[in-house]
Amino acid sequence: MTGTEPPASADDAPLVATEDWPADALDWMSGTDGRLRPAVRSPDPVLATAGADVDPVEPAIRSLAADLVATMAAAPGCVGLAAQQIGAAARVLAVDVRNHPKTRTCHGLFVLCNAEIVAASQWQKGREGCLSVPDLTGDVKRAGRLVVTGQLPGSGRSVTLTTDAFEARALQHEVDHCAGALFLDRVAGPHAVFARKVYR
Amino acid sequence: MGDNALVNEIAVTVVGPDRPGIVAEVSGALAGLGLNLTDSTMTLLRGHFAMMLVCTSEAGSRQVTAAEVNAALGPLTEPGHLVAVARPLLDEPEDWPDESESIPLPNTYTLVVHGADRLGIVAAMTAVLARAGGNITDLTTRLAGPLYLLTAEVDLPPGADHGALGADLAAEAERLGVVANLTAAEADML
Repeated sequence: MTGTEPPASADDAPLVATEDWPADALDWMSGTDGRLRPAVRSPDPVLATAGADVDPVEPAIRSLAADLVATMAAAPGCVGLAAQQIGAAARVLAVDVRNHPKTRTCHGLFVLCNAEIVAASQWQKGREGCLSVPDLTGDVKRAGRLVVTGQLPGSGRSVTLTTDAFEARALQHEVDHCAGALFLDRVAGPHAVFARKVYR
Repeated sequence: MGDNALVNEIAVTVVGPDRPGIVAEVSGALAGLGLNLTDSTMTLLRGHFAMMLVCTSEAGSRQVTAAEVNAALGPLTEPGHLVAVARPLLDEPEDWPDESESIPLPNTYTLVVHGADRLGIVAAMTAVLARAGGNITDLTTRLAGPLYLLTAEVDLPPGADHGALGADLAAEAERLGVVANLTAAEADML
């Protein structure tokens, strides 16, 4: 479930090895069945509400984390989900970019509590959509290299994740959700928002 | 001055049901009169074709009138089809920017407002900008289901307190039950 994608070429080699990523990062999931929860859509106020810090060892947070994983897995093409998107103003996010073609460094499926961006560089514009804003996409500048800290649910273990490319973009999008912000808040200007042309 | 006056610049607006080929037909009609398209913008507004442009006669050639343009656009405007109107633009804008000024300056800001649709969001938010002397240079709005989104580029006068304006916008947004963000427009000077 963890590790790096095999590099396509020497030039395309992953930025960082992720061997230091804990092999037991998903152990909290055993015996926890997540519930599929309805995705909240903007303009629901919870999406504009900054999340509270959470205690990652609390059973309720482990349960919320499991719900995020279950809901994300049920949404086709979904590469990340934050607690706000299932109705909880809490700093919990899930990411899984394993199947996306723009992914380079990849940490598989993971859930982070109280995620903080501690380093960001190599800013690039890219077009994003969101499960909570289903009819629009927008051009947003995001860091292509990113270091994020946080805690794993269940154990509460602190982790530092260094990533790039699409996983970095997905993480920034979800960290924004946890702070009550949408990609719309970061679009590059009046002509950087687009009607989504491919509907579900 | 009437439609038959000789003019340097002609403004054309075309609105109506979308279909392939409208841009080609409009630009073809203008080219047929020897008019150059200068600035133009085209989009779909809730599926309706919408285009605005400014065109000019070639320097040194005969100056085309708006009436001639309206006649050339006539076939597009048969009943049930497009509305296409040409009008002369008589005055050069006083503050016509030269190329070096077209790069966003530090006083250019992006305003994003989003939230549940209701009457008067654009009126209320742009009134706050106007009171601060902000000049909107670009604006789009979209209604996507229940979500209303306004994005605008705004030039603030020199010395404007963008922090105070941001607070005023946030207060007005809160009154309307929406979210507003005012951020400096970035320009990487290369």
